[in-house]
Order: sequence, then C-alpha cells, then structure tokens
Amino acid sequence: MTTSAVSPPEDRLEPPRPSWPDATGHFGVFGGRFVPEALVAALDELTEAYRAMRVDPAFLAEFAQLQRDYTGRPSPLTEVPRFAEHCGGARVLLKREDLNHTGSHKINNVLGQALLTRRIGKQRVIAETGAGQHGVATATAAALLGLSCTVYMGEEDTRRQALNVARMRLLGAEVVPVTTGSRTLKDAINEAFRDWVTNVETTNYVFGTVAGPHPFPEMVRDFQRVIGDEARAQVLEREGRLPDAVLACVGGGSNAIGIFTAFVPDEGVRLLGLEAGGDGVESGRHAATITGGSPGVLHGARSYLLQDDNGQTVESHSISAGLDYPGVGPEHSHLHDIGRAEYRPVTDAEAMEAFALLCRTEGIIPAIESAHALAGAMRLGRELGPDALLLANLSGRGDKDVETASRWFGLGDAGHVEPGAGMDTDQRPTEGAVSNDEAVAGREAGGAA
Amino acid sequence: MSSHLAEVLAGTKAHGRAALIAYLPVGYPSVEGSIAAMVAAVENGADVVEVGVPYSDPGMDGPVIQQAVDVAVRAGVGMRDVLRAVEAVADAGAVPVVMTYWNPVERYGVDRFAADLAAAGGAGTITPDLIPEEAGPWLAAAEEHDLDRVFLVAPSSTDARLASTTAACRGFVYAASTMGVTGTRATVGDAAERLVGRTRAVAPGLAVCVGLGVSDAAQAAQVAGFADGVIVGSAFVRTVLDADGDVQRGAAAAGRLAAELATGVRDRVPA
Ligand SMILES: Cc1ncc(COP(=O)(O)O)c(C=O)c1O
Repeated sequence: MTTSAVSPPEDRLEPPRPSWPDATGHFGVFGGRFVPEALVAALDELTEAYRAMRVDPAFLAEFAQLQRDYTGRPSPLTEVPRFAEHCGGARVLLKREDLNHTGSHKINNVLGQALLTRRIGKQRVIAETGAGQHGVATATAAALLGLSCTVYMGEEDTRRQALNVARMRLLGAEVVPVTTGSRTLKDAINEAFRDWVTNVETTNYVFGTVAGPHPFPEMVRDFQRVIGDEARAQVLEREGRLPDAVLACVGGGSNAIGIFTAFVPDEGVRLLGLEAGGDGVESGRHAATITGGSPGVLHGARSYLLQDDNGQTVESHSISAGLDYPGVGPEHSHLHDIGRAEYRPVTDAEAMEAFALLCRTEGIIPAIESAHALAGAMRLGRELGPDALLLANLSGRGDKDVETASRWFGLGDAGHVEPGAGMDTDQRPTEGAVSNDEAVAGREAGGAA
Repeated sequence: MSSHLAEVLAGTKAHGRAALIAYLPVGYPSVEGSIAAMVAAVENGADVVEVGVPYSDPGMDGPVIQQAVDVAVRAGVGMRDVLRAVEAVADAGAVPVVMTYWNPVERYGVDRFAADLAAAGGAGTITPDLIPEEAGPWLAAAEEHDLDRVFLVAPSSTDARLASTTAACRGFVYAASTMGVTGTRATVGDAAERLVGRTRAVAPGLAVCVGLGVSDAAQAAQVAGFADGVIVGSAFVRTVLDADGDVQRGAAAAGRLAAELATGVRDRVPA
C-alpha cells in the first residue's frame, strides 16, 4: 500500500477551486460578513494576507513541510472490512485524520492560520473550542511558533472534555471557561469575538471551522481540502475508481468541506453530511442545523441555524461537544440548497452504536463526532447494498471521549473500567449488533451522558 | 421626507449643546419595566432613546448589557414588544430609534419590520452587526418607509470605509469611541475625538454621535465638546439592574441618571 502518488503537490491550495464564494465571501445567498465595523479592517487584512500567502511559494513550501513532518500527512486510508459487515456489505474506506498529530483534522487548518498570524505580525492568537480539538490544535501551533494563546471554551464543555483542557494548559495556553448563555461552543465564539474586537491590534482569531464571517469559511476550506485531495487520489490509485459516496460529520462543517471539496465536481459521487441528531430531531433536542433549522444570520454569516420565532438562537444538544453547535458553515447551506450534498441527522444512540462497533471490530476508538459519519455509513451502506464503495472521514480519535463513552455504556469511571461490563458487542455479522435500545439502556444504567 | 434623527440633532446643535441618547433593552426587568425606564429617561432629558431588541448572541455587548438582555430573551420578548416600546417613547416626546442585531429583523421580515416600525413612530435603526455592504434589502425598505439607517464607524475604519459607510447613513453615524464592546469605562480616550474629526472630514453634512463607555456627566460634557450626540448604554442598564427587578426604583434611577447626563451635554468642554 503506497501513498507516494498522493504526496501533496506544492500548489494544493490552488487545484480547481469551486466557483464560490464570490469576492466578498458569498456562497449563493449564504455567507458574507455580518460583523461590527470594528472588525472589518482586521477581516480585510486577513483576506488580503491570505490571498497573497496562498500563491506564495515560500509559504506553500513551509506549509507542506509542516504537514508532512509535523502533522504526519498524508494521512492513511484504511479499509475496515469487519466494520463494513454491519454496513449492508458495502465496502468502507476511512480517511484517517485521527492519526494526525493532536488527534484530529483541526491541525490542518490551524497550521495555516498560525503561519498567517506570523505573516501579519501578530503575537497572540485566540480560539474557540467545543470538543477541545481545535483548542488543542491552536495551543499546539502557538507553542510551535512561539505565539501566546487564549482559548475560550464553554464551561459545560470544559467538563465534558476535561482531558483536552489539561492538554491545552500543558501546551501553555490559557483556557477561559465561558459561563454565558448555554455555556457551549456558540457562547465560546461570542466571547472570542469580544476578545478580538478589543485586542485586534495584537491578536489574530484562529477560527476553528468553515463558519464565521468572510474570509474564514473560504480560508478554512482551503486549508482543510487536503483531506479530500489526498483521499480522492488514494481511492483512485487503490480502486481505480471513485467512491459512490463520501460521508462526514458536520458540526460547523470543516472536516466535511475538507473531504467534500475535491469531489464536488464529480457529479456521480454522493456527498453526505451527518448532523448531530441528539435525542432525535422531532424531540427538539438536537444540533441538526440544516435538517431542523432555517436560514438566518449567526456569528458573522448568513446560513442555516437553529432559531425561534423571534430570531433567537436555540440551544443545541448533542452527546458530541464538537457537533453541539446551532449553526453551520455557509458553504454547506449552499451545497444543500443547490442539491449537491445531502444532510441527514444521526442520533446520539446511533452514533454511540457505531462508536462501539468500530472499537470492537477494527481496534479504532473514534471521536464521537466522527462516529456520526460511521453511523451514516452503516445506514447508507444498507441502502446501497454490497457493491457500494463508501469513503468516510474519521475526523478524530476518541481519547478525549473515553469518559463520556464509559458513562454511556455503563462501564463505570473512565479510570476504573470493570472487565466485561456493559459494552457487550461481540461482533458477528448480524444486523444491528448493538441495538439502539441496548445503547440507550447502557446510557441509563451509566447515568445521563 | 425627512429624517427625525437629523432634525432633533440639528435642534440641539442650534441650542449649542449635544443630544443625549439613552440605550435601554426592551424586556428588562419586564417589558413594562423597561418602558417605564425609557419614559423616565425621556422625562429627564433624553432626546433620543435607542430601543434595544433583545438578542441571544450580542457579540458587541459587554457583561452589563448581556445580563439584562439574557433575562429578556429567556422571557420570550420579541418585536411586538419592541414596537410597543417605540410607541411609548414617541408618545413621551423623544425620538425612538431601534438598536438591533440583524437576525431578529430578518426573522420578522425586513419589509414588515420597516412598515411596522414606521407605523409605530420609530425613526429608524442602529445596526451593530450589519455593515452597508450587506444591507441592500434594509436600505431599500428604509427608503420606502422613510426611515433612518445608522451604521457604525470605529477607530480601525479606513478613510475609504468612513466615506462609504457615512454615505449609506441617514440620521447620524455612530462613532464607536474605542475598540471593544459596550461597558462603562473610566475615561473616554482620544481615539473618539480623532475618529469624529476623521468622520467629519469625509461627511461634513452628517451628525456624528459617540457611544461606548460614557457613564457620567463629566464624560458626557467632554464628548459633547466634539460630538453631536452622546450615547449612553451600559450606565443606564446598570442603574436598572441595580434596582433588582423593582420597576419604580429602576425607572427613578434611570431618570436621575438622565437628568445628570442632560446637564453634561449642556456643559460642553471645548474640544
Ligand atoms: C474530531 C472532530 N470531528 C468533527 C468536529 C466538528 O467540527 P467540523 O464540523 O468543523 O469538522 C470536531 C470539533 O471539535 C472534532 O473534534
């Protein structure tokens, strides 16, 4: 299995680019800039510096070197046949972003934005984080480039993802728990914007996903598209054909855009984004922004969002901190509206079933975020049948989720797992080896997740 | 076809003073309580009231305004309540202008909002997260209903942006005194005066009002020395918060603050 054919081309920020966004950041009717005037100068500065940087050979060389020697790119493509037995017999290939340094796809974007920070001469970076993966990646890049770093994280998430809080602090970042609003990612973003508008002369905001005001959705997409550029070449090389469908979980949407972008022109390839369905979209307790939301303005851009009749943002719910966000990047709203990508919800229980399956069948502990994509593969595989070839993005690893998962499956404290307790999933190729009912029962036994 | 805001600002200027512009959000401690505080501010010298639309994600606001607005959002306060407050301010004899983040207006419907605001006697809107580049539908609706549109300029705005933003304004332009969010500050720095000077240079016919950080008569007098209007927000909200939900006490405190600030805007410190 060689990956030499996909070693990243020097110009990989400039392969055929989608025709969107326009010069002011609009993806069809979505995107744009809905920000205080005080931030416009900084956003203009970022836009210009980014435009210059992405065609600068010196930057591209440094970026490519960091991705190879520091992140460990290209990430492998792993076929998962024992897992695929639960996917209606379809073949499943996983793009292994979990094997990147720091444990998720977030590092791809952060290295680009950290280099950009240095280029515009700022000494301090701030970031928001939900699952903590973007915070960890930002703290990592800040340590690498000698920048000071402050990470805003909802207080609720600092509890759900305590391991990542500790990692950020070890890396020298200041972690600020946010106690306003729902105390999750949306409120962390608000606080980060407040910090930025106050300290913009010295500080760059390293945004973690393809949402926010222009240029973030475009810039983060360009930094993340390496996932799909590599994967497309890897699949072609290995299989001599394109996959039938490409699947990814969607929080703000960066890992999904990252793997989708290379395939957007391939009209025969279905693009499927899996949103966090929480307790089920009909329950109202979910984070399925496109499935259950409507267009509006949040965090600097027009896109789908969860809102009430007064235009107030509605709190989202998901077992996965990284998907627990009531907004979504504008490019996804556009891909949805033009029918190029489909978006479906995956409930907490379905995601945890897929999580358990991947652990037990393949020896890979996925991030709970990524488990939503795996659950999507289980369902789509059953729909498409045995000849289908599915490519799913394994956006991150599950170390950070060990405690949440242990509680869900009733395994006791993360540090004190009873042998053989709860998660009895001796996987045979039967349908639904861990049924939703069993998973829910496991959660109840272990206390609410 | 004329701007209510431009008219009141021309009047205060003719009297050799700055206008006092008070911000209060609708729905804290209750819709009635917020209206009582607005009316008290008007009776004690506020020329213009910024009627604040509560919003769940007020990215331009500091902790004081967040705290009050959070209560209103949780209580489900919406545009109908806002329009009621607009009518009450107009009836009390001041000019109401709606201060709103953009999503509540989009959700209500831009055209419907413009029609209902005009019918309620509102002068127009101040939009902290809507820049002219994204304001096409609002500018069209405002034009149709003869409403003012106030955009913001900041110390970081380039001269080109000062020119394009002020060209899109009607009524006045809101000059953010500092880089930062709303909240009271011990001093209003030189940045505000410099920004007002730069703004006047590109838009000589447009009134410039200064907000962010002003909390007492001395600061008001200082800002009145170089601006056409003095905008006070967090300090008003603070007085109402300190009344701890007591409507009478909150309104009385807002009235006292307005009276104090009204002396400040008449006592301009020469720039
Ligand atoms: C592993 C992993 N996957 C996915 C996400 C969701 O983000 P996005 O939708 O931007 O990829 C996160 C966010 O924290 C994450 O940590």
